[in-house]
Amino acid sequence: MTLITTPNLAAPDDFYEALIDTHRELDDAQSALVNAKLVLLLANHIGDLDVLRAAMAAAREDVVAQSSGRL
Amino acid sequence: MFDHPRYEYRRAPELDGKTQHRGVIVVGAGPVGLTAAIDLAHRGQPVLLLDDDDTVSVGSRAICYSKRTLEILDRLGCGEAIASKGVSWRVGKVYQGEQLAYQFDLLPEAGHHRPAFVNLQQYHFEACLVERARSLPQVELRWRHKVTAVERKADRVTLTVATEDGEYIVTCDWLVVCDGARSPIRHMLGLDFEGRVFRDRFLIADIRMSADFPAERRFWFDPPFHRNQSVLLHRQSDDVWRVDFQLGWDADPEVEKQPERIQPRLRAMLGDDARFALVWSSVYTFQCRRMQKFRHGRLVFAGDAAHLVSPFGARGANSGIQDADNLAWKLDFVMRGLAPESLLDTYDSERVAAADENLRNSTRSTDFITPKSAISRTFRDAVLSLARRHAFARTLVNSGRLSVPAVLADSPLNSPDEERFDGRMVPGAVAADAPVDGPCGGWLLEHLGREFTLLTFGRVLDEATAASLASLPIPLRVVQVGGTGGVRDVDGLAASRYDGRDGTCYLVRPDQHVCARWRTFDRAKVEAALARATRNRNVPYFKM
Repeated sequence: MTLITTPNLAAPDDFYEALIDTHRELDDAQSALVNAKLVLLLANHIGDLDVLRAAMAAAREDVVAQSSGRL
Repeated sequence: MFDHPRYEYRRAPELDGKTQHRGVIVVGAGPVGLTAAIDLAHRGQPVLLLDDDDTVSVGSRAICYSKRTLEILDRLGCGEAIASKGVSWRVGKVYQGEQLAYQFDLLPEAGHHRPAFVNLQQYHFEACLVERARSLPQVELRWRHKVTAVERKADRVTLTVATEDGEYIVTCDWLVVCDGARSPIRHMLGLDFEGRVFRDRFLIADIRMSADFPAERRFWFDPPFHRNQSVLLHRQSDDVWRVDFQLGWDADPEVEKQPERIQPRLRAMLGDDARFALVWSSVYTFQCRRMQKFRHGRLVFAGDAAHLVSPFGARGANSGIQDADNLAWKLDFVMRGLAPESLLDTYDSERVAAADENLRNSTRSTDFITPKSAISRTFRDAVLSLARRHAFARTLVNSGRLSVPAVLADSPLNSPDEERFDGRMVPGAVAADAPVDGPCGGWLLEHLGREFTLLTFGRVLDEATAASLASLPIPLRVVQVGGTGGVRDVDGLAASRYDGRDGTCYLVRPDQHVCARWRTFDRAKVEAALARATRNRNVPYFKM
């Protein structure tokens, strides 16, 4: 199994709205905690460590490039 | 510069004692009121159209007119005037910073008469519609006639109208209210208008500029020339360009309106060598809200008077024009005694559902463009960052989901499918266009509209049957695609878009929405669907 990066959500706008709604009326620390729990729940659901490692690398990619000044 | 026409004020005959009860009065000669009046007139209804001003829109305002709007105006005889004057486009590009995050194509297939969108200043759009309305003897346009009071009775509506020559009273059976976002009539009657106000401000700057940028919608999140905010660029006709700068809630509208504030913003965006002239500007906030009901007895509200959306997605004027399209045939049928008044309740349910779809889409776009919390902003930036490399994230980027016609899937006027069909032409959908060769022209949509139409694939009906359908209490026109003597499906696209096989029949409403379909012709089923689509289920003359 490889990380799916092609569109895989049936209703992307519905998902995004639900995601933002999940954080409604939370402060920054609460939001960070909710996000961490969300990552852990989804990781357990996915189960495959290779897929999770690929997702972690993709998530870090631009962030690391930006912070080291290379765009 | 656009020279605003001054339409002539005329003294009302009512002021000289010549009173006349009207079937229908439309209030507001903006895009929606003009469309409603023209559509009613096309159906043979005399219409009085009242407006408190005597010219078209000041400023370019609504500039993006959708394919569906053009198709509706084609039916009303002014689509070509608008389409040829406007700038056609279909590609949108979204940038984060200076980098292209993704692009979309709103009409990636050939074989349609009209483009995905044309951009045209609202004053040009209205001027074309006024010209069309003035060519129709059934439309009586009164400029500088201001409605100051509305009295509702069970059997009629009474209006008080103020003019420079004094006040007069006029009565009607039906009042179509298209008096805009601030709707004086809605206020006079104390009707609700629920929803959200967004805490953000935007600057519109219309500039005249000769530039060879392509005719595309270009949207920037956080560009270097306007950090931490968004910018939108559209091309209009006459070398006029619309630039829309997000300013944030703390911006002072009075300060931001000053040309000396606007010039440096444009200069930063367009570069030191660009030559441009500012022609119009405005600072605005926006709201997403609607009336709970669009029909209030003998009053029917349409357009901004009934519902307001954010501008991202071009869903304001386009949805208002679809309101008029939905209402005109129903009101005409009720006024001619061809349908019970309850048909007008389906204007309410269908267009409320459409308004909710528009509100949902424009609210989501607004939440993406102007995140309301730090975490919302973080997710937005994460999506944009991922979108450069990963296709899935591009589907989440939301710089505006552009207006598409509502599919009235839950309408009580639809008859459910009994057989399997592929494709998008489900009951409730707007009939798709296709190139054809037929008696009404080179496009399928030119053959549909005004009356109910039975669209068949293959030569399904003999002439006697077609003639007998035309003489039903509600006349049913027959358009046969394929076979001899009918409409030729030149590229086979009509058959493929409708999943039309030999024998397939579609029942299409006077507003070109599909309301029923079958694999074989069955007269009893067609008549039952026609009765359902007009709410005539229990009307004796229909003998169902």
